[in-house]
Amino acid sequence: MDENEATFHSGGNGATPWQPRIIGFLCYWCSYTGADNAGTARMKYAPNVDVVKVMCSGRIDPDLIGKAFANGADGVLVLGCHIGDCHYISGNHKTMVRMPLVRRVLEGMGIEPERFRHEWVSAAEGEKFSRLVTEMTEQVRALGPLNWRERLHACGVGHGMDLAPWGEERP
Amino acid sequence: MNGNGKLKIGMYWASSCGGCDISLLEIGDKILDLIQIADVAFWPCAADFKYQTVAGYPDGYMDICFFNGGVRNSEQEEVARLLRKKSKLLVAYGTCASDGGIPALANMNSVAEIFDAAYHSNPSIDNPNGIEPRPHVETAVGTLEIPTFYPAVLNLGQIVHADFAIPGCPPQAEDVWEAIGALVSGATPQHNGDRRIGCTSRSVCDECVREKKMTRIAAFRRHHMFRPEPGWCLLEQGAMCLGPATRGGCGALCPQAGMRCEGCYGPAPGATDQGSAMIGAIGGMLEATTEKRAQEMVDEIVDPPGTFYRFSMATGNLKVAQKH
Repeated sequence: MDENEATFHSGGNGATPWQPRIIGFLCYWCSYTGADNAGTARMKYAPNVDVVKVMCSGRIDPDLIGKAFANGADGVLVLGCHIGDCHYISGNHKTMVRMPLVRRVLEGMGIEPERFRHEWVSAAEGEKFSRLVTEMTEQVRALGPLNWRERLHACGVGHGMDLAPWGEERP
Repeated sequence: MNGNGKLKIGMYWASSCGGCDISLLEIGDKILDLIQIADVAFWPCAADFKYQTVAGYPDGYMDICFFNGGVRNSEQEEVARLLRKKSKLLVAYGTCASDGGIPALANMNSVAEIFDAAYHSNPSIDNPNGIEPRPHVETAVGTLEIPTFYPAVLNLGQIVHADFAIPGCPPQAEDVWEAIGALVSGATPQHNGDRRIGCTSRSVCDECVREKKMTRIAAFRRHHMFRPEPGWCLLEQGAMCLGPATRGGCGALCPQAGMRCEGCYGPAPGATDQGSAMIGAIGGMLEATTEKRAQEMVDEIVDPPGTFYRFSMATGNLKVAQKH
């Protein structure tokens, strides 16, 4: 396990209790400023969301969300400007179509709907941001670790099953 | 090249339907040209070679080996590793070998669910004692062994290194012939850095003759619900055509015939996850102006993971569903 992997891995190793690892994609113009607002106002919220700043929520490729889950995230939070507030006029209209679709794909793959959340946060809504982050952290904590990478590894992804007899017992 | 100076080629079928073997014959009388320069060293579909025969070959004996089908059980994995050892070039032939294909849709279900459907709950099944296949069975003549069933269908690249992949369900004959020609001549086929040959470096839309009128999708319609207008983009007419997210090379055969692209050539160049590419593409195409309407339209889509990852579940980001 390289250093990168080690820091990204969310599963508890016994020594430290497991903490939810949530990736937050925040649009620069509203939601990131909203998060800034929460910080400047010294609001308290859970430290579990790793924020990725993007220029527009319409720029969030659904691929990134799948990659986040597949690489160890326990939850993904997507925040953008309210409809009508987009700095690029219609960027979040694309988000508004894509995110419900992403949610349906994730549900089809058996990922609990609580692990993926998509909300609108304006630059003034620091309070909403801190509330969302805390809510999200708690609902993901209640579900426990996702461990998708371990699941893929157990299915032989990347290495095959090495002819290890999978055994008489089916999971 | 060994012995008589002719190339040695092989073809194997793993978790596949057999269509890929047929598609190789689709090159028609060119198969005679192929036989002029190459000997078949292994091809279970067409000739009687045993695994032991292949195991007896020196390493790297076969010049080119085409592997079609995904890997679902221990036998297929064993043969994949064996063929990797015995081949100079191992080519993932067809979408199952390169992206998982239709068999990988089973990754959306657990092994228990698959066995239940295959041996118990399917209405046409007559299995009063509820017998299921087991990897090892004790009988009067000794232990019988059958391959173990793996928890997921994987593409060839997850098991061993595949030098090239020819996508398609099945790959189109002329593309296959072109790829074979390049491989046989020893030249590195044109693969645009992604090791995929016999296909273009653009999407299906690029080859499609239907016109994009830059209109928005008013409602999604399945193909039994309407008769598509000729000459107009199927996606804009509301058919869930996977053209924008799918690699070209087929010549847009299905859209030309009025059938939406189902995505059989795998993810479009630049994308690794076909479903995400499709979600990205339709994001800006709906007529919906409110969140409520967007949600309604999205809810109309039947089985999004099965539609968007119909042929590429094994190379998507998530690959397997979380089922217990």
